Amino acid sequence: MLKIAASAKGLGAAAALAATALLAASACTSCSGASSLAVPPADLGGDTTRRDATNNAFGLASPKLSNEERRKFEVGDSFFTQNWVTAPASTEARDGLGPTFNAQSCSSCHIHDGRGAPPDPTGEEARLGLLMRLSVPGEHPTTGAPLADPNYGTQLQDRSVLGVPAEGDLTVSYTPVPGQYADGETFELRDPIYEIVDLAFGPLADDIQTSPRLAPQIIGAGLLEAVPEETILALADPDDADGDGISGRANYVWDARAATMSLGRFGWKANVATVEQQIAGAFHGDIGITSALAPRENCPEAQASCAAAPNGGSPELSDSKLDSVTFYNRTLAVPAMRNPEDRAVRKGYEIFGEIGCAACHTPALQTGPSDIATLSHQTIHPYTDLLLHDMGEGLADNRPDFAASGSEWRTPPLWGLGLIEEVSGHRFLLHDGRARTIEEAILWHGGEAETAKEAFRSLSSDERKDLLAFLEAL
Amino acid sequence: MLAFPPPQNHRRNTLKRQPRLNRMSGMSRVHRTQRSPRTRRPSRTLTAAIATFAAVGLIAAGCGSDDDSPSAEDAISTYARGVRASYEASLATARVMDAAIDAFLADPSPETLNTAKQTWLAAREDYGPTEAFRFYDGPIEEVEGLLNAWPLDEAYIDYVEGAPDAGIINDPSTYPTINADLLTSLNEEGGEENVSTGWHAIEFLLWGQDLSASGPGNRPYSDYTSRSNADRRSQYLRVASDLLIAHLQQVSNEWAPDASNYRASFLQRSNSEALNNIITGIGELSRGELAGERMNVAYSERSQEDEHSCFSDNTTRDIVGNARGIQMVLTANYPGGVTGTSILDLVREEDSALAARLNSEVAASVTTVSQIPGPFDQHLRDGVPDSDPGRRAVLAGIESLEDQTDTIVSAATALGVTINVT
Repeated sequence: MLKIAASAKGLGAAAALAATALLAASACTSCSGASSLAVPPADLGGDTTRRDATNNAFGLASPKLSNEERRKFEVGDSFFTQNWVTAPASTEARDGLGPTFNAQSCSSCHIHDGRGAPPDPTGEEARLGLLMRLSVPGEHPTTGAPLADPNYGTQLQDRSVLGVPAEGDLTVSYTPVPGQYADGETFELRDPIYEIVDLAFGPLADDIQTSPRLAPQIIGAGLLEAVPEETILALADPDDADGDGISGRANYVWDARAATMSLGRFGWKANVATVEQQIAGAFHGDIGITSALAPRENCPEAQASCAAAPNGGSPELSDSKLDSVTFYNRTLAVPAMRNPEDRAVRKGYEIFGEIGCAACHTPALQTGPSDIATLSHQTIHPYTDLLLHDMGEGLADNRPDFAASGSEWRTPPLWGLGLIEEVSGHRFLLHDGRARTIEEAILWHGGEAETAKEAFRSLSSDERKDLLAFLEAL
Repeated sequence: MLAFPPPQNHRRNTLKRQPRLNRMSGMSRVHRTQRSPRTRRPSRTLTAAIATFAAVGLIAAGCGSDDDSPSAEDAISTYARGVRASYEASLATARVMDAAIDAFLADPSPETLNTAKQTWLAAREDYGPTEAFRFYDGPIEEVEGLLNAWPLDEAYIDYVEGAPDAGIINDPSTYPTINADLLTSLNEEGGEENVSTGWHAIEFLLWGQDLSASGPGNRPYSDYTSRSNADRRSQYLRVASDLLIAHLQQVSNEWAPDASNYRASFLQRSNSEALNNIITGIGELSRGELAGERMNVAYSERSQEDEHSCFSDNTTRDIVGNARGIQMVLTANYPGGVTGTSILDLVREEDSALAARLNSEVAASVTTVSQIPGPFDQHLRDGVPDSDPGRRAVLAGIESLEDQTDTIVSAATALGVTINVT
């Protein structure tokens, strides 16, 4: 059994950062007059925005796809949604599950194309959506990727097909962390402690490094991919040259398609370069499905019965299916904001800029050209800069991932934030789902975001409600 | 503290698919009603907004009409009666199948096996149209994964080509007793389902794998007499059939009249919410499920067995059954002569030309998909050109269903109901 305690000390220990008025450029439209609060842009995905606030809000196709593109979307949807089965099977297109795996389909964790949930600490509810990355110190000599544990690889697979042992099991418990707003109102965060139990192939490496990662909602991935690299790099300030306490670093990661290092955009540490590689990696690591980009079954040497199990073809996911699932993920539309004209939402939007949230959660980006016409040249509002930021000790996983340090995380997009509960039936936020509410997620911010977090903690109750109203409307 | 509904692989209430299985927690859950806290309802905000909008529209429609004009209440109650009649019809032919399976297992022979197969095919004819009652978190979603799961993890059940000892049936040490509790509990293993029950499990146990290039599977009856674990195979088939009857009965009960059940709550919904449910069901079946998942994916990917009834080669009939279900809901022509005010009647009040177009398009779709020659997998083989009559027939069916979906959405709009097609 291995226990991993995430440090909670970072909550109080703030680096004193220069307090700067961090007004986002877009929020400045509100500067035109004290009484006229700017209305936040409703069409978060530009012309690709869909208006739907049901539990299917994350599952709709971008508008204006051609008939041919629609059908490609449907094929991708099918291979994203349907379960994979044990090989050999009559449904040859859908066999090859495992031999070890975390889930039988993409949608098992991305329920309704939405967000997964961490394990239930009581063990009563079966929940899918949190995986545990594993590695030992060092970097792969060619790719620079984290090094695999010799017996368990780079991810704990807690399930398996009949006749093959699962690697182990992951449980989580939480330590309460009390805190207080400046106005005296109290709150309580929860700090996770993970345990890896029932290990089937001996102990993990002595110097094992772990990183829990929650399945996020997928919407807008193609838009983020279409943001030109120079746009993202222009937002970076790796040495904090402007002295605002916020750096913003690009991750550079192994791009298996290009066989070179590329800008990382996806994953909690911007550790993946493209949507296609995110998908191929997830098929391989999470479901045990091989593809051209990950052609070998995930069976470390110690796992003989895994290696001996039948596979579902080489590769199990054909190029055309990988292409379709990639297309599907790239064209899942972003839902529009609700009620952007409400006064509280407008006020919250202003506060979001004023207290510094928008310094990293960039309100507006422009996409460049895309091979999918509808994604080209859109003004989008993802509220991310796609860059890495040191988020402090409280959130650190202490597991470097390419250029990302053990305390750096990529700014996650905030679009769809207010619909997570409707779609996924919960609101577990941050990289491991420790936050149960938006407030808790903000209160976990540290490091470069300490100043903004402290500013939030110092807001009045009404101001906090306004900020929340804005975030809920996203 | 964690006061939220847990995540579910629940079929969504709008036009989008999810895995065929709901996460189950054993038999106790099967007997829960739709109102279980794990069941998520359509968005209240949106439906409330629709409610207001639609109420205005329907009231307006009522003004100036004579007293004989069709009412939304009548259409909704007709639908509820029709759903019940449809599940009762499905239950009746499923019981015939269940009896034939019992007869086969009591006296395995080529003849009794064939009779069991024929009754399975006949029962599918009545089940297919009921899929028009899905996709809005109705009671079917509680058990759909146990009834109609696909694709089937067949090697999890029994031997397959290349794996002679595969499956629960051939693993008595791990699974000493095969019974309803075991098969149901296996669906929750690891928090996610391993498909082990339902129509396609029974199909697999009757036909076996389809290893023939042109015909269906050809499982020998001796699998139930002399092959190893024949008794366990028999028991599995018996239990799967019993469970299927129980699950169908459960759904039908939820639609029974004069009971405290789903139907009662359905009839208490606002007209617009109920109409939204009804039309969402047929819209999703038409495009996302039937045109998309069941036809286009198989058509585009050319995976010969990527079809729903791959063991029996009955996929073309599944498709026709689904198309008939859509027509049945729109025209209110349900099994057992149940009829009354139809959705189409309501549309006609608002826009007679639109109603006429919808009526002819759904009829054309039934005709078009009926003309797809069987077996379906012959159109999915590599090397068959798109100009092949079979592939052209499949594509014509897809296009017809896509077109009718657009009209279904327009019809919903005419009734003041907004449905979002994926």
